Amino acid sequence: MLKHYDISGTDFSVAGEASSNFKVVLKKLGISPDIVRRVSIAMYEAEINTVVHGGGGECDAEVLDGCVKIVFKDDGPGIENVELAMQEGYSTASDTVRELGFGAGMGLPNIKKYTDDMKIETQVGVGTKITLIVNL
Amino acid sequence: MKLSYIKTLLDADILTGEENAVFEKTEIHTACGCDLMSDVLAFVKDQSLLLTGLINPQVIRTAEMMDIVAICFVRGKVPPQEVIELAKDRGIALITTKLPLYLACGELYKEGLGGKKSAETL
Repeated sequence: MLKHYDISGTDFSVAGEASSNFKVVLKKLGISPDIVRRVSIAMYEAEINTVVHGGGGECDAEVLDGCVKIVFKDDGPGIENVELAMQEGYSTASDTVRELGFGAGMGLPNIKKYTDDMKIETQVGVGTKITLIVNL
Repeated sequence: MKLSYIKTLLDADILTGEENAVFEKTEIHTACGCDLMSDVLAFVKDQSLLLTGLINPQVIRTAEMMDIVAICFVRGKVPPQEVIELAKDRGIALITTKLPLYLACGELYKEGLGGKKSAETL
């Protein structure tokens, strides 16, 4: 079961719709509430990142045997220093994003916390791909 | 603590329509006062209330992801209608109080509604 979402990079008000939609899908499949919540939080943080840092992109979310796998891809500026981006409190978000309650430097640390595996592939000037795995 | 009692304690108005029955039966176990959505997302709680001064759609989205059942806007803030509609659609109760965040949290804490002290998660 694969769901594909296009993520707008211009309309911040719809950021989170993919995560919202996929949460409904997971609930309907009867997946346990704890797992659904972990997937939803991690996916939402990654979706916000794709909007505010990646300038939009796309997402593939699927339920496989034994795990939920979510991939976000963008053609944005890429992450210069992944190690630094993983530190709690480090953020390059704009003031506009901060005014909306994000940019506290918790996005990637939160994703890592709620997933069983997280992989970041990024190249400056080319884009970023992040893969999230939550075991069932 | 019943959501209806929280509404009374904070002298709050209901934004998501007349839902007295819902307010009577909704039990709140923990609360969190925060304007940083990423901080809210860092701490999972059950049957909780979010108190915040932010009124954009991402507040509702954050609550939705966290299974937060009610949001109280502080300092008399009222979100735009589309934000209220989004909350209604997601079954999240909205109230607004004139109290500032610190005092609103204090009133609830004084009456026995606790928070979560550690970063313990799922």
